[in-house]
Amino acid sequence: MTDMADVAVPEVHPPMAHVRKVAMWVFLGSECIFFGSLLATFLLYRTKTLDGPGAEEIFDIPFTSASSFILLMSSLTMVLAHHAHERRDSRATRIWLVSTALLGATFLAGQVFEFTEFVHEGLKISTSPFASSFFVLTGFHGAHVAVGVLMLTAMAFMSASGRLNDDAGMNVELVGLYWHFVDVVWIVLFTVVYLLQV
Amino acid sequence: MTTAEHASHPTPRQYWMVGGILAVITAIEVAVAYIEGLGGWVAPILIGLAAMKFTIVARWFMHLKFDKPLYSRFLVMGLIGALAMFTVVLFTFGILVGN
Repeated sequence: MTDMADVAVPEVHPPMAHVRKVAMWVFLGSECIFFGSLLATFLLYRTKTLDGPGAEEIFDIPFTSASSFILLMSSLTMVLAHHAHERRDSRATRIWLVSTALLGATFLAGQVFEFTEFVHEGLKISTSPFASSFFVLTGFHGAHVAVGVLMLTAMAFMSASGRLNDDAGMNVELVGLYWHFVDVVWIVLFTVVYLLQV
Repeated sequence: MTTAEHASHPTPRQYWMVGGILAVITAIEVAVAYIEGLGGWVAPILIGLAAMKFTIVARWFMHLKFDKPLYSRFLVMGLIGALAMFTVVLFTFGILVGN
């Protein structure tokens, strides 16, 4: 009987970093379909306002444009965090990670303010099919941003305690991919949900 | 990732330039939404500008321009899936059911 220790095991496994990245891309691909279905639902019901206010009466485009700009710039700070991490510059990595988390939190605060204003103006989630589809679509996007802010904050703490390395399950590159994806989804939502409806 | 692959990645200066381009496109988008007289051109222009921003972020910030083509394929597959879902939902509920 052959001793198992003598049998050479061929190096057929791809590196774990590649496997994790593939997994993240597969997840992001599935997220495209998720947001695509919510967006299609919104487009179906965008004119079904019943007695409630419609998009033209209620959307504040300058305010949402400023929020969109903040989220877009957070993608810039995220890629700078990733670049700093690759250069092993942990101080710069922390600064850019915290900046990204703060910009994301600012975007979220803007969304909470916007939703509150809408409710005060008579647009609640149960007001009309338009309101339901709008709040579900933008609310799910906001939830994704909130998860991203939590991950970025965790990364910043891990960096401060010297535990941030590429072998970690969720590293800077993967969190960055998730964050950029949340940004590209908003690029589509801002155009289709806001700009094209006013 | 090899050193050669790292070397091909953009510099922070290039990232700032890309960020500036994205900011300019966003400003143009908002302006287009308010400009009167564009008529039926507003939607195609806005969709075109959003597609430009999407592509720039995906290629430069998500590094698809520099990474293995396999990663791009996953995103394209997701987008095709989203488009299929989009078409089926709008066709089924919008045209057939008449919502």
